[in-house]
Amino acid sequence: MALNPAFVGRTFARPGTYLVGREKVREFASAIGDLNPASHDVAAARALGYADVVAPPTFAIVLALAASSAVVKDPELGLDYSRVVHGEQGFEYVRPVVAGDELSIITTIESVKQLAGNDLIATSGRITDATGAHVLTTRSLLVSRAPDEDPA
Amino acid sequence: MTAPLAVEVGTELPEQSFTVTRADLVRYAGASGDFNPIHWNQRVAQAVGLPDVIAHGMLTMALAGRVVSDWAGDPGRVLAYSVRFTRPVVVPDDGVGATVTVSAKVTAVEDDVAAVSVTATFDGQTVLGRATARVRLG
Repeated sequence: MALNPAFVGRTFARPGTYLVGREKVREFASAIGDLNPASHDVAAARALGYADVVAPPTFAIVLALAASSAVVKDPELGLDYSRVVHGEQGFEYVRPVVAGDELSIITTIESVKQLAGNDLIATSGRITDATGAHVLTTRSLLVSRAPDEDPA
Repeated sequence: MTAPLAVEVGTELPEQSFTVTRADLVRYAGASGDFNPIHWNQRVAQAVGLPDVIAHGMLTMALAGRVVSDWAGDPGRVLAYSVRFTRPVVVPDDGVGATVTVSAKVTAVEDDVAAVSVTATFDGQTVLGRATARVRLG
């Protein structure tokens, strides 16, 4: 099923803010086996010049995924979320995320298209801090696989 | 501060291998908030045409990223990181799991920033495409 092209260019602000917790950073780092002291030990992070523990580079997916999921599950878009796989992901940082950051995200639908029967949707997420300063931008491509395809 | 990284084009980062088990997928699901059942439920994974439960692409991306951030020392030195997910990492419920091997090398150095190309393989095939990072050296 073709995706609704009217969604291209739409932006969605996540309601409220996401407060980056010190234990959440530690939990995420541990889940990826990342034992870098900067992500666990406040003193080690401060020795590097950060206010608190530093999130691993892919941590922002916690915020971005929830924000984009809410958007792409809109039935008006026409995406079969049960068949979605992650096609591409990128992060471009202005500065690293650290515990204590209170982040906002605005998700934009960059493009929708159909390729070999698969539905593709590209989104970006602009993440800012409590002062409004840009922290990073995330970019995602989600692929809803064609129902009859044998993925082998 | 950590000491500046001394690199040149062609510098290879220390290779690492990561074993991913079903327990790791459950743990990552909880930490990341991605509870898509294809990452923990064989019945659902196979119902949508996958051979078995597959790892979160983001977990593979994070593990591959560790080769870069471990080398960089300070995770805040990673200025950009992007990948394409080209093949799934299938994680059987066999008590052994899947092994992903990650290598990386410097492809360019300019203005105190290194461009790094990352290669992740599973079962003899690459699982990430166009995996690149930019790392601040100072």
